[in-house]
Amino acid sequence: MPFEEKITWVNAVVTVIVPVAYFAIMLGRLGATSAADISYQWPLLIAIGVSIVLTIVGSILAGIGTGISAELRGRSASDDIDRKDERDKTISRHGDLIGFYVSSVGMVGVLALTMLEYEYFWIASALYLSFVVGTLVGSVVKLIAYHRGF
Amino acid sequence: MGKPTRVTNRIRTLRFAHGEMTQADLADRIGVTRQTIIAIEQGRYSPSLEMAFQIARAFAVPLDDVFQYPNSEGVTS
Repeated sequence: MPFEEKITWVNAVVTVIVPVAYFAIMLGRLGATSAADISYQWPLLIAIGVSIVLTIVGSILAGIGTGISAELRGRSASDDIDRKDERDKTISRHGDLIGFYVSSVGMVGVLALTMLEYEYFWIASALYLSFVVGTLVGSVVKLIAYHRGF
Repeated sequence: MGKPTRVTNRIRTLRFAHGEMTQADLADRIGVTRQTIIAIEQGRYSPSLEMAFQIARAFAVPLDDVFQYPNSEGVTS
């Protein structure tokens, strides 16, 4: 598995785990309080921060794993880690573009919520969800491209 | 996604004709990942023109000895 594909897996897993935890917690709180009174700011910032940290840690672990695997096969670790070729770049661009389209559609929903003057909680949640779904779809598209061809 | 390419190639044959060169060896020569060589060999990825020339150069053969493209009658050339 190319190093770039491993990074894509890390992104996909983090993009599922953290938002699921965030929305589970927030929707749980929503049962006890109204959307207008719910304190979502810190949990949202923490979720974003945790996503960034987990992605960095996951990427480092993927790099270490790739390095160990390369050394065991008698290759230089840098050969496998540093080598991002044109196929990786093409797949990355394609996935990012599809993810952007998905996020953009979500943004229309966010715009609608704003115009309809929904509570900030719903607007922020929709915004976060748009980013998350866009990133996840982009990652899935990349993983499919790596396996089925592009 | 999974776009079928009409470009065929003889990379596998050429590798074996060149001292059973491994996919990793070829990847190292042209500076790509082994998985990219596998994808090209299996027709899952069409390389750029530049990479195609690099592959041909690695085997010291003309480009159309490595890659073929069928004409309208389906005959590869």
